[in-house]
Amino acid sequence: MSIIVESVSKNFGEFQALDRVSLKVKDGGLVALLGPSGSGKSTLLRAISGLETVDSGKILINGQDTTNLDVRQRNIGFVFQHYALFKHLTVRQNVAFGLDIRKRPRGEVQQRVGDLLELVQLTGLGDRYPSQLSGGQRQRVALARALAVQPQVLLLDEPFGALDAKVRKELRAWLRRLHDEVHVTSVFVTHDQEEAMEVADEVVIMNHGRIEQVGTPEEIYDNPATAFVMSFIGPVNVLPGHLGLFKTLTTQETRNSNVFLRPQDIEILEQPHPEAIPAVVARIIHLGWEVQAELALPDEHNLTAHVSREQFKSLDLRVNQNVFIKSKFAKAFPEVEVFR
Amino acid sequence: MLDKPQLESLPLAADSQARVGVSDQYAPQIVRPSRLSWPWVVTIAYLSIMLLIPMAAMITKSMTVEPAEFWRIATEPVALSAYDVTFVTSFLAAAVNGVMGTLVAWVLVRYEFPGRKIIDAVVDLPFALPTAVAGLVLATVYSQQGWIGQLFAPFGIQMAFSRMGVFIAMVFISFPFVVRTLQPVLQEQEQEIEEAAWSLGASPLQTFVRVILPPLVPPILTGVALGFSRAVGEYGSVILIASNVPFNDLIAPVLVFQRLEQYNFEGATVVGTVLLIASLVLLLLINALQRWGRRYAN
Repeated sequence: MSIIVESVSKNFGEFQALDRVSLKVKDGGLVALLGPSGSGKSTLLRAISGLETVDSGKILINGQDTTNLDVRQRNIGFVFQHYALFKHLTVRQNVAFGLDIRKRPRGEVQQRVGDLLELVQLTGLGDRYPSQLSGGQRQRVALARALAVQPQVLLLDEPFGALDAKVRKELRAWLRRLHDEVHVTSVFVTHDQEEAMEVADEVVIMNHGRIEQVGTPEEIYDNPATAFVMSFIGPVNVLPGHLGLFKTLTTQETRNSNVFLRPQDIEILEQPHPEAIPAVVARIIHLGWEVQAELALPDEHNLTAHVSREQFKSLDLRVNQNVFIKSKFAKAFPEVEVFR
Repeated sequence: MLDKPQLESLPLAADSQARVGVSDQYAPQIVRPSRLSWPWVVTIAYLSIMLLIPMAAMITKSMTVEPAEFWRIATEPVALSAYDVTFVTSFLAAAVNGVMGTLVAWVLVRYEFPGRKIIDAVVDLPFALPTAVAGLVLATVYSQQGWIGQLFAPFGIQMAFSRMGVFIAMVFISFPFVVRTLQPVLQEQEQEIEEAAWSLGASPLQTFVRVILPPLVPPILTGVALGFSRAVGEYGSVILIASNVPFNDLIAPVLVFQRLEQYNFEGATVVGTVLLIASLVLLLLINALQRWGRRYAN
């Protein structure tokens, strides 16, 4: 079922959480709302769910205007960061909750709860209480509980935020595959760009209550629309454009703007090259899978470059070595605002 | 959507292994006193002097009475009436505090208002106030001329120096229990579970009855039971606000005192033993309630 958000605004007192946000999520899509804290991503999710009212604008789910509908009438599934399981109910009773409220026949409820526990791989744990489960297991119960009522859309608010790194990685790969299986239109909130890129079909980047860019992970990475997007989705070097160092960019583009380039898009050469500029290696940091080199430019600006271990060895980089650097990819933005 | 789930072999190994033994991780280390370590010896000695020996003495004393005689004294009409006043009134007071304490705890946790911290502190007043002072204050306020008593006097309702007075004193002294047992549980309850219930289609009433209330029932019952046992044992405030007339508003602890005044040690001991047994039964009940309340917390 599709979701359409039309020019939605929401204020909390003086704070503008959402500023005329418009968004379309296609049927069966898996969309990530990505942004720093306070960017409005959770508020947008809660507005879609009906847990939060909006000041102006419209929200349509499956073509139906749900702006003034209560959360109960929207038929959505919501998954919370801290699971929000009913601690006094067993796993089975938690999953059955929505069906019991809807007064479905007992046999149907049991059948469906059994199917869902199988889906989230918790068969056999149905009679446990939430306190007897691990974090990852609890979040899977919450997911099964939300899916039990066959929601039109599934909304997840930082679903992996409370889990430790290893379980989080595992669970997000699993969520991706679950979605491929179940196909329910899903929107999840995250502040982790890697998580958004890995799990979602489409990523919505938010900042200050506005949408900065919507696109597939590839589009966002290859063609960031704003300085904020480029700096938010990964480490980036920012240099004043007037330096005119980067021949891949036209002079016009760079004159009054900042040039953004990612550490991994910097090529280090031993010999001069028409498109390269000289630099001095100031510091070398071994990150394990790659090597980070701090480079000092002649004008006292500094750059961070990442090179593979093979490159590092073949270049035989050392501190104070004179090298030449060339950018494989760079973008110029007139804006000043950058995510730090 | 979602008819035939076929996600079979997705790797979730780290997660499924993660849980083994976690709940024991922070449990205090159990020490088996193989030697007579001093904390153990001091504990046993202290409990003996404080609890076990006095209780044993009382039971021994009551055993000197013939069983038939014991039964006769224990079931004398004046004693039965005193049990009735004590236990029924205590139960009513505890029940009223069960409801009112829940409401007060709810307001203190969920509402933000000026003076909340002060009210929160005042809840404990019945614990801190000497019971005789409580009785004095209540007797003054609820007497025919008192601030509250005079409101009821025109309707022929006598608040102080009647069974009603006993009830008022018991409500007063057992008030903090439910608030204090419930408050931490309410504070811990995440408000997100309410949103979760709404998102699953539950109405506000269904959310309260099925999601909010069930975890609160054990602490409420524990508070009621604690308040009840406190009310059963209350003496100081009741003696001041009641007329202490047998068959009217005489409570069992005052009956024990009156018998001692009349040098009727046997009668006092028998009634005392009955109260002791009642208290023990109550304690077991409270313990069982608390265990029941913890059944889904690890």
